[in-house]
Amino acid sequence: MNRGMFGYLVLLAFGLVAPFVIYPVLMMKILCFALFACAFNLLLGYTGLLSFGHAAFFGTAAYVAGHAIKVWGLPTELGLLAGVIASALLGWAFGSLAIRRLGIYFAMVTLALAQMMYFLFLQAPFTGGEDGLQGVPRGKLLGFVDLANDINLYYFVLAIFVAAFWLIYRTIHSPFGQVLKAIRENETRAVSLGYDVAKYKLLAFVLSAALAGLAGATKMLVFKFATLTDAHWHQSGEVVLMTILGGMGTVLGPVVGATVIVTLQNELADKVGSLVTVIMGSIFVICVLLFRRGVVGEIAALYKRMLGEKA
Amino acid sequence: MTEIFGIPIQAFMGQLMLGLVSGSFYAMLSLGLAVIFGMLNIINFAHGALYMVGAFLGWMCLEYLGIGYWPALLLSPLVVGVVGMLIERLMLQWLYKLDHLYGLLLTFGLALILEGSFTNAYGVSGQSYSIPEELSGAFNLGFMYLPKYRAWIILASLLVCFATWFVVEKTRLGANLRAATENPKLTQAFGINVPLMVMLTYGFGCALAAFAGVLAAPAIQVSPLMGSNLIIIVFAVVVIGGMGSILGSILTGLGLGVIEGLTKVFYPEASATVVFVIMAIVLMIRPAGLFGKEK
Repeated sequence: MNRGMFGYLVLLAFGLVAPFVIYPVLMMKILCFALFACAFNLLLGYTGLLSFGHAAFFGTAAYVAGHAIKVWGLPTELGLLAGVIASALLGWAFGSLAIRRLGIYFAMVTLALAQMMYFLFLQAPFTGGEDGLQGVPRGKLLGFVDLANDINLYYFVLAIFVAAFWLIYRTIHSPFGQVLKAIRENETRAVSLGYDVAKYKLLAFVLSAALAGLAGATKMLVFKFATLTDAHWHQSGEVVLMTILGGMGTVLGPVVGATVIVTLQNELADKVGSLVTVIMGSIFVICVLLFRRGVVGEIAALYKRMLGEKA
Repeated sequence: MTEIFGIPIQAFMGQLMLGLVSGSFYAMLSLGLAVIFGMLNIINFAHGALYMVGAFLGWMCLEYLGIGYWPALLLSPLVVGVVGMLIERLMLQWLYKLDHLYGLLLTFGLALILEGSFTNAYGVSGQSYSIPEELSGAFNLGFMYLPKYRAWIILASLLVCFATWFVVEKTRLGANLRAATENPKLTQAFGINVPLMVMLTYGFGCALAAFAGVLAAPAIQVSPLMGSNLIIIVFAVVVIGGMGSILGSILTGLGLGVIEGLTKVFYPEASATVVFVIMAIVLMIRPAGLFGKEK
């Protein structure tokens, strides 16, 4: 067993005992946003595509899953699945449009498309407009585990997170992931090597959208509601911030970033009010100007330098 | 004739006019984005926030200092322009060698800071700013009443847009600017101070946003969130038009404003999304944008 594997096991052990030390709902919120950021990182960190509209997938899945469970009466697992499928389809539609442009245009297109979804949700009859979709029952897992209990739900959310994280980890380290990295480093070269770059980008986009949707649907389940906040562009900005703060293109960076940001918001929300936005903005500026590698990226660089000196 | 496609002509012309008014703002803001992008290769996410700050400065001038509309129309862009130059010198200039995305991210952070500060100080509800006396009232055109202030917005924005076009395309300064955009190193070698021009360009773009803000202040409520919703539509406008040409930006901005206004007449439910739908269609048919060049 190598050292990396050992680190993940320590983290998993912490995840298993965490609800007895930390308020489970906060832990679940952190896990949901960590998953959201990991899904986003697949696109920004490993494919080099900056999407500024990921809240659309997060919000869509939350609304669809909520509607499926509350109105159609689907069991919880199938409701979540419906949310994920919806955001994957939306990701396919948005992705096919957005990959026609590169760089900052890509960011602007995704942002504009996400804003369109926001307006649709504002007007659509099933979303409850400004009030949101409220009072979604958590239901029973496989028909017998009562998810209304926070501890039960926590382990369900942890299982979702671990499974999705493992999927992302495998994707990054697969031949498919290597091609994505090649596109990030030099798109022209990837094309000239004969890779169908558009297809790879679209696939990465859909995968990222589906996993972002899984995060959104799970968050809806934890809080029992879906609102317009989930689909707002602030949410898209937040996930960018989490990823950059933690370190884009690192496996654990988004998890660290999400933990810091969610905890910070949780601590500050009652104390400073709308200054939270100012603090988020300042972290953004500091990250971009001073440490672009993010927390995990900087630690990894430091670790490498120390190893280099020893050798 | 009192109806057009079954819509009373009064309502039709009214919405057309409102469409031209919002089109004027799209044109001014997308022009600023295009000028900045041309020189700095950065998409200025803070553009909407600077537009908001411009409007607020106009309002603050009147509220705290008793300075009226006309001086504010000059003063506010001047202040915001200087702030823009400081931002460029202190922050943006360190990012030119990196991926263009960092500029977008930095200015996004700045937008959050500005928006959050003003929300904290003034809340999200709007402040009203009254129309200056000279421009209140309306012209009677026979078939419709045209509020003077709306006519002024359209006129002023057209003037500013064409002045910008003239300076960039027809003057010596503009020629230097275009040279610096095309090949900064060579231009520098000819003895032109390129970093100075970059700083001035960014300052000018920001000032343009602030000018639009003051212009908008009497027409809409001055609120901390007025910029962020607008800027996303302007991004879509920029994607539709492409940022290659100045006249292209102006035309696309005005045209989309009119289309949006007419959508309000014929199918109001879609008026918030029509620009985004057009963007999607343009991306399918002509990915580089109507006036853009494929790179």
